[in-house]
Amino acid sequence: MYRYDEFDHAFVAERVEQFRGQVARRVAGELSEDEFKPLRLMNGLYLQLHAYMLRVAIPYGTLSAKQMRKLAHIARTYDRGYGHFTTRQNIQYNWPKLGDVPAILDELADVEMHAIQTSGNCIRNTTADPLAGVAADEIDDPRVHAEIIRQWSTLHPEFSFLPRKFKIAVTGSPNDRAVTRGHDIGLRMHRDLQGKPGFEVMVGGGQGRTPIMAKTIRNFLPVDHLLSYLEAVLRVYNQLGRRDNIYKARIKILVQSEGAENFAEMVEAEWLKIRDNALDLPVEERDRIAAYFAPPQYENLSDACPELQAAMAAEPRFAAWVDSNVGDHKQSGYAIATISLKPHGGIPGDASADQMEAVATLAETFGFGELRVSYKQNLILPDVPKADLLALWRALDGLDLGTANAGRISDIIACPGLDYCNLANARSIPIAQRISERFTDLRREADIGEISLNISGCINACAHHHVANIGILGVNKNGAEFYQITLGGVANENAAVGAIIGPAFDEWRIANAVEDIVDTYLSQRRPDEAFIDTYQRVGPQPFKEKLYGPDQARQAG
Amino acid sequence: MSKNQNATTNFLQAITANRLSDGYVVYLTARGGWSERIEDCRAIPDRGDANDVLRHAERQAGDDLVVGPYLFKIGVADGRPAPLGQREILRTTGPSVGTDLNLA
Repeated sequence: MYRYDEFDHAFVAERVEQFRGQVARRVAGELSEDEFKPLRLMNGLYLQLHAYMLRVAIPYGTLSAKQMRKLAHIARTYDRGYGHFTTRQNIQYNWPKLGDVPAILDELADVEMHAIQTSGNCIRNTTADPLAGVAADEIDDPRVHAEIIRQWSTLHPEFSFLPRKFKIAVTGSPNDRAVTRGHDIGLRMHRDLQGKPGFEVMVGGGQGRTPIMAKTIRNFLPVDHLLSYLEAVLRVYNQLGRRDNIYKARIKILVQSEGAENFAEMVEAEWLKIRDNALDLPVEERDRIAAYFAPPQYENLSDACPELQAAMAAEPRFAAWVDSNVGDHKQSGYAIATISLKPHGGIPGDASADQMEAVATLAETFGFGELRVSYKQNLILPDVPKADLLALWRALDGLDLGTANAGRISDIIACPGLDYCNLANARSIPIAQRISERFTDLRREADIGEISLNISGCINACAHHHVANIGILGVNKNGAEFYQITLGGVANENAAVGAIIGPAFDEWRIANAVEDIVDTYLSQRRPDEAFIDTYQRVGPQPFKEKLYGPDQARQAG
Repeated sequence: MSKNQNATTNFLQAITANRLSDGYVVYLTARGGWSERIEDCRAIPDRGDANDVLRHAERQAGDDLVVGPYLFKIGVADGRPAPLGQREILRTTGPSVGTDLNLA
């Protein structure tokens, strides 16, 4: 893992002291709320419906056990004993007191964390494949480049007042687990003919009220030029992005209005001016950063693991968990374990302080003390010896963290919604709970197979409902909550935006509607056909007929 | 919510804000203070009066250590002020779900 140098430590400590002074002046009445609000937002502190909310960055979703313990300690000491992991691989605390926030930031600085640039019109936390560095299908570890981007983008003076917020996602694998096309810039690693790594650069993706998947503006950018090219993209956006209308200020609108080809030409022209100056990191510096991400000292283990096979045969619940929550590791004898933060009927992404502490210990017992946060709001243990999987699952099961549902229908992504969020129009969490309670039968979930279901409480789409196979958007109709369904969204390397299936459902009918959609899939599917493949083959009509009846479905088109 | 809407035909207005120290929801009281209990809120029948009271609350927000006062509609249910609309209902009751519900 990357470690702060002296400069990083001093800078973060200085920011905490500045904020301590700003809070004191606010409480003393020397700063008005109008003056204070941008200062607190620069430190990740929002004011939500019922309380403040502190959003803490987890760079590219990688955490040490020590950091996780600190997050647990903060939850217990300064909040209500839990934290909420988000689709931005961050953690949010829902109940911090204003006067405690400087102390929380001090605690975070102790473990090389902060909340800077988790709000505002700047470059936000760079996200990455949560399986970075361990996935069997990976070309190279993208976190090296995500860290380089983090350092470059932190307090970048030219890009601290962009037209709108800006999000970058990186993957080192052809199988996209970071929704790269859903970001302002998505970077997907490829190799050139000489075998050198570089990035496909995708620009202008985003969800919200105008969901657009990013366009590739460069097929291959050698990693040597990463920063100068990103700088060129940001410069074009900073100069031409709209500042007159918040709804049209994201780079996706600029790329759309200019056209991807024209936009690419502008970027290339800008890049030509700056590409050979000091912006790009020297190889030695890149190697220095890469050394922090060197693989741990793996043992020489055989990939064949008879004790695992025997345990799966003896314990069907464990076998179901391995089937859904365990992935292939690039190192033989090891596996990647997803810890579901989606117990049936639970709150997606919430973890208690006790759970966080226990998971930190498990990361040390069954790995090298490292954890990941996925955009699907789950935690991941990246380096579990296969022979230890049973012991790990037993420990997780005892913590209510052993649900066998990763990638299944109850692995629901949900934003905080109107239960917490100032922007929301409808609640998300209780809908997620009701739906997941319909699918508690593990065999039924396994039979339904791979599927994604995401619920956003407003059009800002924090829960990525646009790219879910089944997307649910909460809307407000005359003060009442309704839920609109989109079908056919895809979040992987074939990213696509789903289409609205028909009129919205009220909160009491939405779970039935989801069951109707699942039943339609089950009745239409061919052997071994996943939900999205069936949907793409048969189209929306059978789903419309089931949801609205044949007559209304015909009217709805 | 529909129960509350049915309970009244004429709506009143009240003023709410978030408390500076912890962000908790507070309501302007008849005596000009702020209370966490909606039962204590000053119910204002006249729209013009409501705007005057809001402007005063905004001017006082700094001294009162509250953030962002605004008007919202209330009805009366069982003889007590009750917010109209899901957002204000949730602001009154707190989250309808929560890992913290047993800890609050």
